[in-house]
Amino acid sequence: MIRILCISLILVLGISCGPQENVIKVGLVAPLTGDVKTFGESTKNAFTMAVDEVNAQGGINGKQIKAYITDDKNDPTEAANAGSKLINQDGAKFIIGSVASKCSIPLSLVCQAAGAVMISSASTNPRVTVNDDGSRKSNIFRACFIDPFQGSVAAKFALDHLKVKTAAILYDVGNDYVKGLAEFFMADFVKGGGKIVGYESYTKDDTDFSALLTKIKEANPEMLFVPDYYNKVALIAKQARQFGIKSVMMGGDGWDSPEMLKIAGDAIVGSYFTNHYSSDDPRPEVQDWVQKYEKTYGNRPDALATLAYDATLLMIEALKRAQSEEPMKVRDALQQIRDFKCVSGSISFDEFGNPIKSAVILQYTKTGQAYVATVTP
Amino acid sequence: MEYFLQQVVNGLQLGFVYALIALGYTMVYGIIRLINFAHGDVFMIGAYLGYFGIAYFHLPFPIALAFAMFGCGLCGIIIERLAYRPLRRAPRIAALITAIGVSLFLEYFTSLKFIFGPDYLAYPRPFTVTTYQIGGVSFSTIQIIVFSVSILLLVLLTYTIQNTKIGMAMRAVSFDKETASLMGINVDYVISLTFGMGSALAAAGGVLYGIAYPQINPFMGIMPGLKAFVAAVLGGIGNIPGALVGAIIMGLVETMSSAFVSSTLRDAIAFSVLIIVLLFKPTGIMGKMGTEKV
Amino acid sequence: MKKILPILLFILAYLLIQSLILLRVLNPYWQQIIQFAGLMAISALGLNLIYGYTGQFSLGHAAFYGIGAYTSALVTKSYPHGGLPVFIASLIAAVIVVAIVAFLIGMPILRLKSDYLGIATLGFGIIIKVLFDNADAVIPSLGGSRGMVGIPKYTNLTITFILFFIAIIVIRNFVYSSMGRACISVREDEIAAESIGINTTKYKTIGFVLGSVFAGVAGVLYAHLYTFLHPSNIDFLKSIDVLLIVVLGGLGSISGTIIAALGWTFLLEGLRVILPAEILDWRFVIYPLLLIMVMIMRPRGLWGGVEFNFLRPKEYGRPATDK
Repeated sequence: MIRILCISLILVLGISCGPQENVIKVGLVAPLTGDVKTFGESTKNAFTMAVDEVNAQGGINGKQIKAYITDDKNDPTEAANAGSKLINQDGAKFIIGSVASKCSIPLSLVCQAAGAVMISSASTNPRVTVNDDGSRKSNIFRACFIDPFQGSVAAKFALDHLKVKTAAILYDVGNDYVKGLAEFFMADFVKGGGKIVGYESYTKDDTDFSALLTKIKEANPEMLFVPDYYNKVALIAKQARQFGIKSVMMGGDGWDSPEMLKIAGDAIVGSYFTNHYSSDDPRPEVQDWVQKYEKTYGNRPDALATLAYDATLLMIEALKRAQSEEPMKVRDALQQIRDFKCVSGSISFDEFGNPIKSAVILQYTKTGQAYVATVTP
Repeated sequence: MEYFLQQVVNGLQLGFVYALIALGYTMVYGIIRLINFAHGDVFMIGAYLGYFGIAYFHLPFPIALAFAMFGCGLCGIIIERLAYRPLRRAPRIAALITAIGVSLFLEYFTSLKFIFGPDYLAYPRPFTVTTYQIGGVSFSTIQIIVFSVSILLLVLLTYTIQNTKIGMAMRAVSFDKETASLMGINVDYVISLTFGMGSALAAAGGVLYGIAYPQINPFMGIMPGLKAFVAAVLGGIGNIPGALVGAIIMGLVETMSSAFVSSTLRDAIAFSVLIIVLLFKPTGIMGKMGTEKV
Repeated sequence: MKKILPILLFILAYLLIQSLILLRVLNPYWQQIIQFAGLMAISALGLNLIYGYTGQFSLGHAAFYGIGAYTSALVTKSYPHGGLPVFIASLIAAVIVVAIVAFLIGMPILRLKSDYLGIATLGFGIIIKVLFDNADAVIPSLGGSRGMVGIPKYTNLTITFILFFIAIIVIRNFVYSSMGRACISVREDEIAAESIGINTTKYKTIGFVLGSVFAGVAGVLYAHLYTFLHPSNIDFLKSIDVLLIVVLGGLGSISGTIIAALGWTFLLEGLRVILPAEILDWRFVIYPLLLIMVMIMRPRGLWGGVEFNFLRPKEYGRPATDK
């Protein structure tokens, strides 16, 4: 019946591969639908911009780049399927993706097994580039720093700079990025002499934090550490201030968004966060990037867009240096990159495929973000 | 002690918002035995309509609320007409699956860029928020608005169902559809009206939710919808006061487990409470045991 | 001859797919999709047994899928180089654990009627998911919300086909046995069944446990195919996916369920392949619209109550249709 026809049609379409063209195929896996669609959009925009720019300048070693974009819906199975489709169906051996670690990990397994090279733009879980037993997945890299680093940067800043002695942490139990960052912050904060007076969790879909905030208010911490994405943080900040919680708030790179001040308003003014870069950074790479993104897409780029841009440029740079489309050669070129100037800093990869780069501390002011400090590892 | 009372207030606020959504579920189920999975998404549309009313048309709050309620009522009626009425005579599960389809469609369609877009939007508050302290417990304008609007709507709904002719018609149709139509009641009209009213209430819930937890996105309806549905079942699905009771219990259980047990296991505790209640009262707290005719 | 023909066809399908793989026509992407379709079919057959044949509205199917997956993954990860024997042991372990949990939760819950049962099973599913989100506090290698990595990849086409075949044989023999007929009688009219002496509680539990075991087996296959587990694989939306498949295929129809499972998987993947990049996000707008259209046009499902001839035993005659 109709079903059988559909199935056969799809199978036929699927089996027939496209003709081989003289292009270099690069793929993108991002959450283009689903609950973190905004992050996927930023990633896709930046990726497309990078590819178009390079193509306009003549491509890589004379060949144009053909971009293949797929959607992982922020779901691990979809991410694995999308990656498999890119590699096996479309023939793209160079993958940028994904955003959430829970998607990047299965994607990395697919890429590693198939001999494709992958750079995750924004996943911070250490296990994206490393196996369970600690061995490195040789083809997998990332463009962002990892949670252990970010957590310790935040803890140090809190203890040394803000002179905070007690802190409470609010984290999303179902999000390994948030949970990981919370755990690393806690470990370093306690190691440095601080005391954690509250460690409360919520779930992704929660919007009412009154119970948790009331509990935290009782504990009266000097700092409230909320390492989640801007949309959750804005809600929490507003409700916290409403309850009269005066603690200084701090968070991670998920705070970076042009929407944060819009949603949170006064509630977030005066709070700090760690980030990959500051859009106030006078470096020409940063200013150029902010301006051209705004011109093309109408709003300022967030951290996810910036990281995706850097990840794509890194992949392209490695392809250029390797002078070949052999994944292994590209992979080697990538591993050997030193001090490559990106928007988010000067990047060198360590033996785990993670970039050695500095973090910045920013503060939200009434008008935007203000640069506070840079921390180098 | 104040801590406990504060948490009670928090729980009540959540409970009342759930109640507005739960009422829609229970009314629709009472009338056509359908679990309207798309109800949570109607709630979402209501929140967005309120957003547009306040942010774009600069309507004062009560008018924006009415606008959202009216718009969603219309939405509910259209959905019923297109998706559920053709399946009136079909097995119930078919309508349920269709409801799931409508729910998915509403979520993903509105997240398309040219509709509502996937971004999280900040909900404007067209009034000043002041916090009052009564004996160590903080109340804010928001809670006052949530309580007063929900109680007002609940009173209106109860009055309509108990004291008007159309309310009697609704009760009749939910009791026995065929006999009601034999009595001259236009069953189609009553069902459409029920959907409309239920959706309007959900819209009110959506606007209040947006005011209280000021952030909306196309997927915001999934969890509140699920919890409100559980609340309706807890109270006895099809039973209107039951929906209110169930919702308040859900709100309080959630808040209390976060506050006193463990915030991590909060959902697990809430659902365990549900299962335990169902084991002792299989048709919900206020549900009636239907006699099965053999 | 009639009996052997379908088995031969089945083996032929398997050989065909294997040769397509060898000839490089079917790349690993499609191989993975075929195996995924196979395991979804096994899971759907389980829910078909619970809901289609025994009439118990269960919305927590994904929970058993998850329990099976995590249990077997724990076993295979503990003996990393065990190979096939460890895999089989993990399969048996998963089946036992799922059966026990299904029995324990089924006993109290199956007393509930229809929609209330649905809600209770939905609640159970969510409780299990929350427990797995926090499981790493108890057993670190379960990973909690970080996910569980490093599961050895044991699933391959052969194993999937064998388990799929066994699943079909088991459910088909169950349904046409006296136990199966008892289950159908529970679905049709529970009070009448009780009054003629059928122990409805016993058969409801048997149907529930057996169906959940199928879900567990599907979970084992999934874990060892994608080698990564995350609690989001078992949230209630996944239970709804399986319910969709079973209803679309037609309640109480084995062949319907299988075709619907295969069709559903290929439809979703096919949409991914066909849609150009700019409108990729329309995939989940088109899919529910198709769903609604199919339900309105064929409310009994595509194969409601109908069965392929070779699955029905000769003495049987026309099968009971769903209500």
